[in-house]
Amino acid sequence: MSERIQLNQQLSLGKQQDENQYLTFMMADEEYGLDILAVQEIRGWEEITAIPNAADFVKGAINLRGTIVPIIDLRLRFGISSIDYGPLTVVIVVSVYIREQQKVMGLVVDAVSDVYSISEEKAKDVPDFQDSNNAQYVSGLVNVGEKMVVLLNLAKVLDLNAK
Amino acid sequence: MSIDLSQFFEVFFEESFEGLDAMESELLNLEPGKEDSETINTIFRAAHSIKGGSGTFGFTSVSDFTHVLETLLDQVRDGRRTLTTEHVDLLLKSVDCLRTLLRALQSEQEPDLTEADALRSKFEEILGIAEATACESNDEKADEITQSTYQIDFKPKAHLFKTGNEPLFMISELGELGEIETQVFHDAIPDIAQLHPDECFLSWRFFLTTDSDSKAIEEIFEWVEDDAEITITVCGGIFEASTETLSEPESADGKSAEISSASITPPKEINKKAEPQKNNESSTSTSIRVGIDKVDSLINMVGELVITQAMLSQIGEQEITESTITALQEGLAQLAHNTRDLQENVMRIRMLPISFVFSRFPRLVRDISQKLNKQVELKLIGEQTELDKTVMEKISDPMVHLVRNSLDHGLETPDKRIAAGKEPVGTVTLNAFHQGGNIVIEIMDDGQGLNTDKIRSKAIANGLIQAHDELTADEINELIFMPGFSTADEVSDISGRGVGMDVVRRNIQALNGSVEVASASGVGSTFTIRLPLTLAILDGQLVQVARHTYIIPLISIVESLQIDITKVSRVGKDLDVLRLRDEYIPILRLYDIFNHQGAIEELDKTLLVVVESDNHKVGILVDDLLAQQQVVIKSLEANYQKVDGISGATILGDGRVSLIVDITGLIKLSGLKRPGTQELLVEQQGSEVA
Repeated sequence: MSERIQLNQQLSLGKQQDENQYLTFMMADEEYGLDILAVQEIRGWEEITAIPNAADFVKGAINLRGTIVPIIDLRLRFGISSIDYGPLTVVIVVSVYIREQQKVMGLVVDAVSDVYSISEEKAKDVPDFQDSNNAQYVSGLVNVGEKMVVLLNLAKVLDLNAK
Repeated sequence: MSIDLSQFFEVFFEESFEGLDAMESELLNLEPGKEDSETINTIFRAAHSIKGGSGTFGFTSVSDFTHVLETLLDQVRDGRRTLTTEHVDLLLKSVDCLRTLLRALQSEQEPDLTEADALRSKFEEILGIAEATACESNDEKADEITQSTYQIDFKPKAHLFKTGNEPLFMISELGELGEIETQVFHDAIPDIAQLHPDECFLSWRFFLTTDSDSKAIEEIFEWVEDDAEITITVCGGIFEASTETLSEPESADGKSAEISSASITPPKEINKKAEPQKNNESSTSTSIRVGIDKVDSLINMVGELVITQAMLSQIGEQEITESTITALQEGLAQLAHNTRDLQENVMRIRMLPISFVFSRFPRLVRDISQKLNKQVELKLIGEQTELDKTVMEKISDPMVHLVRNSLDHGLETPDKRIAAGKEPVGTVTLNAFHQGGNIVIEIMDDGQGLNTDKIRSKAIANGLIQAHDELTADEINELIFMPGFSTADEVSDISGRGVGMDVVRRNIQALNGSVEVASASGVGSTFTIRLPLTLAILDGQLVQVARHTYIIPLISIVESLQIDITKVSRVGKDLDVLRLRDEYIPILRLYDIFNHQGAIEELDKTLLVVVESDNHKVGILVDDLLAQQQVVIKSLEANYQKVDGISGATILGDGRVSLIVDITGLIKLSGLKRPGTQELLVEQQGSEVA
């Protein structure tokens, strides 16, 4: 109940201008944020059809009301060791424009966390860490209270053809 | 009473365009000097119906132009004139011109008549100026003779409205006959207290200048003869007379008001406003012609479906016993059968033979080859291959691009061809066929092939690749699909602006298709377009490999069998070949190619599905055969990307996703090379040249 109140507070905050709302989720004790407008729905883990010869982070495809939706394990995409999927494993279904084509994909994450409203100026704060391959997936870092949230550039994360 | 002709415009345009298409294809079939009277008749008939139709609807620009065309054709038909190549060229040009005119009219624009006039004067030149002018002046004379002005007095009786007649309709109908001046007399209108709203107190006087005779006018008033006094008199024949009457005492005394021709125009204006909207709609929503047999069979099927439904609901109301369960099962089986039939037939409505696209190419090839001074023979194969209408509409432009490219860049000029030891006449082949849920369109030419050196240096110059990049021939050929790439030495109006191939690829990819090029220097190049049959249904064989279920298109399966281990021999390091009757079938291990763990590896415990693709037979090793069923093809690419060896996905009865195996892709993926491959390749190239 208290969570919902908090969420509502956050939502009402989000109506202020220049603020974007982000859905955050947990992965390996880190908190990541997605633009909430890209999120279509959140589902539980279900049985999945493997795609032959796909990269390890492509777990397969599911049937989402008649559409074939590929499922990406974000842990593996970021090179973090994977954990076993259980009943609590969450799939965030997002809709993103990748190279001018709209794609619907599912992201496997550890758990969904919160919704924050973050002003654009705050979110623009991108540190320069050239040495990491994962840097291109990050659109910004932001502090929310004591915590740090990594905002993701979904179009890059899900662009499977990028080298 | 009066009929709004504009509702038939669409039909007229549609028919005219069809007529023009027919004219065009027949003209292309004509060999000058050896014209066949049936062909000429067909062309003549098409021209004649266009002329008739456009005359009816008042599109004089079209009917006048078609008239000269018809005159020439008439002379040819009667054997008074022989058709020359110039005539055919001129006729083809006029077909184009008519098409432009009709398009302009269709979109409610004023047609540009400069080209039509130019062509017309050429026709008149051929027909002989004297004759043409005589003919024209005759027409004019005829017009003058019939033009006359009628004075029509129309005094309806009070009960006119009660008979269900509406004077406004008659007036606007009169207005369609020619120019009309109207006076209305309202002196009979009583005081408001005595005024009956359902009685008519008005009377009219019209001055109509028209080329129709008085009969036409009488016809308009035929229905109200008994309910009105009608007098029709011929005036001096000059329109001015009617303007004079305006100043007559009657109109000046204030009791009669003058409703000038402006009062007639409102209904016309309304018509005009309505038409553009209609046409806008028609430009986005196109119609489809469906054979009545297809519709009839649909109605039959829906009828059966209703019967089955009634039967099932009847069973559902009964108490459940064993016999009802059997009946229920039977009913469900029938329902499944009906649903499938219905689905198939509904799909068939959208499917049209690809000849609709192919038919425009003979003309295109003829025009371009003339412009380029090349001799080209066009071969069309697989014209009856059916394709979804939407896909077909979108594929035609990319195909035109590719064919133009083949003609411009691919084929050499006759002397170059002779120097290269080839026939002087080049061949462009369009081939369409179905392959595992895809439609494949091949555009082959036997020209010089892609010049890899030239492409490479051009790509370096354009900064697409670096000078030190190592590329295979295929990778270099791929470069032509990059934006801003053109190797034509000179930019021509046929191709070479460098906006071609990348647009072609993008358009095809937008249809979830792909385009590839294969080329051999001096032998020719082949562009292969693969398009999914969107919405298509596929008969599939479900197979199991480890814990995965795949679907193999039933159409490519030759047979399924248990492997006789004694007939298997190993070729090379890791390829097993089965001797099946007189053939050697290489065995592809699906689990190996798709990288799945946990499948049965022993040959004698598995099953082999023998499939055929491009005349190659291969055996696919699977753990087990499951059901056969029809599946709806869904795109895997839409949200993901192209997967080698997989043509699409589908959703099984239990909601799970299953992937459909693309046999050709699978063979490619397995990297299969087998004895005799070399010969086969040569054979294929040979057939391309032929």
